[in-house]
This record gives sequence, C-alpha cells and structure tokens, in this order.
Amino acid sequence: MVIDCKHVWNYISEYLYGTLTDETRDTVQKHLDHCEICSAILDSMRNVIILTADDRVFELPVGFSERLHARIDLELMRMAP
Amino acid sequence: MKVPQISNRTEAEIIAAILAGEIQLYHELIRPYERSVYVMALSYMKNEADAEDVAQEAFVRAFLKLPSFRAESKFSTWLMSITINQARTRLRRQALIRMEPLDQLPDEDKGISPALLRDWREIPSEALEREEIRNLIQRAVEQLPDIYRQVFLLRDVQELTVSETAETLNISIPSVKVRLHRARMMLQKQLAPQLRTVNRTSKRRWLSWS
Repeated sequence: MVIDCKHVWNYISEYLYGTLTDETRDTVQKHLDHCEICSAILDSMRNVIILTADDRVFELPVGFSERLHARIDLELMRMAP
Repeated sequence: MKVPQISNRTEAEIIAAILAGEIQLYHELIRPYERSVYVMALSYMKNEADAEDVAQEAFVRAFLKLPSFRAESKFSTWLMSITINQARTRLRRQALIRMEPLDQLPDEDKGISPALLRDWREIPSEALEREEIRNLIQRAVEQLPDIYRQVFLLRDVQELTVSETAETLNISIPSVKVRLHRARMMLQKQLAPQLRTVNRTSKRRWLSWS
C-alpha cells in the first residue's frame, strides 16, 4: 500500500506513540524513508511535544507553594477539635 | 503521571492514614501534584491569579471530599476532575463560560495541515532558558481551542494515559485520540515556523503547499 503525504499526517501522532498496527506503521515508515517533507514534519512535531512538556514552560508562580500550604493549614485547623 | 512514593509509604497508605486522623499528611500527599493542578487550572482561567485561586480551592475541596475517594481511580485523575469542576464553577460564576457540548467529536472533514519544511534542526531544550521561547510556547498552547488544549495538557504535559484523560474529561477514548492529534498538528503549525528563528544560523527551505 502506498499513501500520500496528507494521509501520513493523520498517522503522525500515533506513529510517535507507537500505537499503529504493524502494517500501517510499515506503510508510514516507507513513506517517511523517502519523503523529506513528512520526515521534517515528524521531527518538528516530536521536538514541539518535547519542548511543551518541559517543566520550565509552565512554571508555578513565585510563592505558590507557600500560599497553598498556608491555606491548607487554615483548613486543617478548622477541622481540629 | 508518575505515582509518587512519599516517605516510603504508598499513596494509598497515606490516604488511609489521613482518613484515620493524621490530617497533616495531606500536605505531603498533594506536594507532587501542585504543578499539574495549577497548569490545569491555568488552561481554563488563562490568568495566573485566577488559576492559583482555583488550584487552592481544588486542593481544599479534595481534602474535604477525601472520604469519598475510591481507590479504583487514581488519586491524580480524581484530583484533576475536581480541579476541572472547580474551574468550570468559577467560570460560570464569572459568566464567561461558553457552553460547549461535552463530548462532541471534532469535525473530521476540516483537516489541519502542518507547517511544511524540508528539514528540521532540533531545538535543544536549553532554548527554554530564554523567556521569549517559553512565552512563545505558552501562548501557542493557550491559543488552542478549549477542547484541544485540555486533552493536550493532560496527555502530553501531565502525561496521563489515554484512558485516564478520557475519564478525567468525561469523553470517549476516540475523542481523546482525535483531539490530541489535532492539538499537536496545530502546535506544530503554529510553532515550527516561529521556533525556526531560534536556530538563526541554519538554512532551511520552506515550501508552499499547493
């Protein structure tokens, strides 16, 4: 089976997660082997996923933890007999 | 999401101890989840102060509801559902919410095309030391439509499984997969051309697709 670029794009996410069936994965792999556009899309998507998952992108506001635990303490004190 | 081990006790043991009266342990129980709860709240509220309020409310609410926690779901999944409910309540109160059908499958006919390029030089994670790069990525995620952003954050940022994501958002597993794929395509489309400037020295040929 030969598939075109637009079909390969539909499979890129599952390809990255390794959840495609063997047959589909092989078909996608064959396409990627000779298509530099789809390979670059795959590489850039993988890169974007890695960057967005980095802890530094969504950081906690300064003092978040202290304020949270102070608030929890307040609630715990209310529970105390 | 990794299941944390706190002071050699499992999470289930800590929850049992809290319910048995060692309530101070609640501080330890929630410490590993501060960031994920905050990020989820931020994805709804879109400003830091409101997100922090929602996160605090969610942790307090989870403490009060802890006796009703059932071990068949993971604590992290349960906590995330409480956070989402808390955020939705807050938005409703602010009368900002646009009611969306909960489990609407995105329109499959409207395909999303990725940004096209012939080669890609990897952006190293050290680039995230630069504030402009972090802002670029934050903005791109914030700009995703709600249904895609939520799935993306749970799955790719918080690293929940597909079924945990489905359970948390109360949507089907196929919906999770479709939305995640579309979210990633949108992010690639938005970010790849912008991030290209990070590697200023590289020569890249961009194509227009016809």
